[in-house]
Amino acid sequence: MNAIAYTVSDSATMLRRQLRHMLRYPSLTVIVVGMPIVFLLLFVYVLGGTMGSGLGPSGAAGASGAAGGRSAYLEYVVPGMLVMTIAAVVQGTAISVAMDMTGGIVARFRTMSISRASVLTGHVLGSMVQAALAIALVLGVAVLIGFRPTAGPVEWLGVIGLLALASFALIWLCVALGMVTDSVETASNIPMPLILLPFVGSGVVPTDSMPGPLRLFAEYQPFTPIIETLRGLLTGTSFGNDGILAVAWCALVAVASYVWAMRLYERHSVH
Amino acid sequence: MTNSHSPAAIRVTGLRKSFGQQVVLDGIDFEVARGTVFSLLGPNGAGKTTTVQILSTLIPADAGQVQVGGHDLSGEPDAVRAAIGVTGQFSAVDKFLTGEENLVLMADLRHIGRRQGRRRAAELLEQFDLADAARKPVALYSGGMQRRLDLAMTLVGDPRIIFLDEPTAGLDPRSRRTMWQIVGSLVASGVTIFLTTQYLAEADELADRIAVLDHGTLVAQGTAAELKRLVPGGHVSLQFGDATVLARAAQMLQPTSRDDDALTLQLPGGGDVRSLRSMLDGLDQAGIEVDGLTLHTPDLDDVFLALTGHPDVPQETRPQTQEANAR
Repeated sequence: MNAIAYTVSDSATMLRRQLRHMLRYPSLTVIVVGMPIVFLLLFVYVLGGTMGSGLGPSGAAGASGAAGGRSAYLEYVVPGMLVMTIAAVVQGTAISVAMDMTGGIVARFRTMSISRASVLTGHVLGSMVQAALAIALVLGVAVLIGFRPTAGPVEWLGVIGLLALASFALIWLCVALGMVTDSVETASNIPMPLILLPFVGSGVVPTDSMPGPLRLFAEYQPFTPIIETLRGLLTGTSFGNDGILAVAWCALVAVASYVWAMRLYERHSVH
Repeated sequence: MTNSHSPAAIRVTGLRKSFGQQVVLDGIDFEVARGTVFSLLGPNGAGKTTTVQILSTLIPADAGQVQVGGHDLSGEPDAVRAAIGVTGQFSAVDKFLTGEENLVLMADLRHIGRRQGRRRAAELLEQFDLADAARKPVALYSGGMQRRLDLAMTLVGDPRIIFLDEPTAGLDPRSRRTMWQIVGSLVASGVTIFLTTQYLAEADELADRIAVLDHGTLVAQGTAAELKRLVPGGHVSLQFGDATVLARAAQMLQPTSRDDDALTLQLPGGGDVRSLRSMLDGLDQAGIEVDGLTLHTPDLDDVFLALTGHPDVPQETRPQTQEANAR
């Protein structure tokens, strides 16, 4: 086997290891998948009636009626919840990476002749599977409570592609964050801002309803173009060049995080 | 050494390592012949684990040449990794997996192939007495079982050079014996073993060659017998009836140590009959009654204490060795 074949085979072995962990100890998966579903239900059923009336005509172009209230808000909030789902999944990534790094098994991997990237690749692939499951579940619940996306096959491909890209970027970021800390406790707190960022963007309310400086931040932070693009693809709102911005942000975060994570892995001192 | 003409399994020259201001290894040299057990002995913090971490490619050295299995450590770390197996001081098992899954994981990472990997896993589970617990998660294993699994994982892929960093630390006497037997059978099959320990009895029992590491330098190197010769004659221990007699004897004899609770004095020398007689004669003439006399032939304890003269070492090392010797 050549080097690439080894990398693929080692990464597959590490992915199997991650999937086994998930199957055997599903609590972490249940929490990171459960949280966005609870958020979705809270936002739609507790806040949705009021929020929907406040959206105005621009908020939900595809809504069935102007006075749609809750259902208009459901349509508005789903893209934000999808991004929040990714943010929740990557909390788990940081925790499981930190747990791995503080245990002795990774020290063993380092003394073995295996592809250096494979330990981290295993985590990334495992989290991608988790993210796909979580997103599918959240979308499923959304459809169940009345979400009706207008997307055609091409738009769906775009939705899946962007969600995958965003997950990939944030997972690598959290792989790095999981290694930068010395304890599992810290690792579970550091990615917290990622959950909050969709709020300070166009995740739950349109950015033009926010006061000056906050609005400026909300409009330019990376989650906003991602959410706007998803919203456009799913419900037919216009998103201009947000699509390009979203892909660019994801690519930037992914590359920078990958480089950072690999450096940390090489340098990480043993315990 | 047994095979002086075959190339050394491990060759280290001028190895240095500091962490910030603290010098951990201050230029050490040694060689380990193929198919032998080499033991690095030293008190806590002497630099044993750092040495293992460097030799097993976990951390880089600051200076020095290291060859492991004929490969240069800095030039071909992957070739070194392919030749070695490491069982560190801290458990390196995946606690979320079962024992069997841990071994199969190792087989997959060694690219052994599915069927052969499973067969090897089954073999090792049997050999390490873990067959009954094979399908239980490792989190439920006892300390001794985790240690055995740890070593079994190291053996998947049959590495020719094995590093064991304090392999019996925290094991009960029976598990320690089992570990010793395993090491013995590995060496018999031609594997080279690099072992660190602070248990002198362990080095005495297992090692072909012993190096004593203290404050980052090797203070002595040789076979157990050679090292024991460094402490000539062992010592004599005298037992007295009461504290007054003990005090008078102590004044007269210049003992190396004095125990007021046990009423004993320890004197250098021992095997030499003439000096023993003259000492006893002297005590007789002074009217000092000796209740009992014990001769200690030198063991590695003496070597260790003589070479690594720290006040904190005896309390730490003595009880464990005595316990090991008592069996």
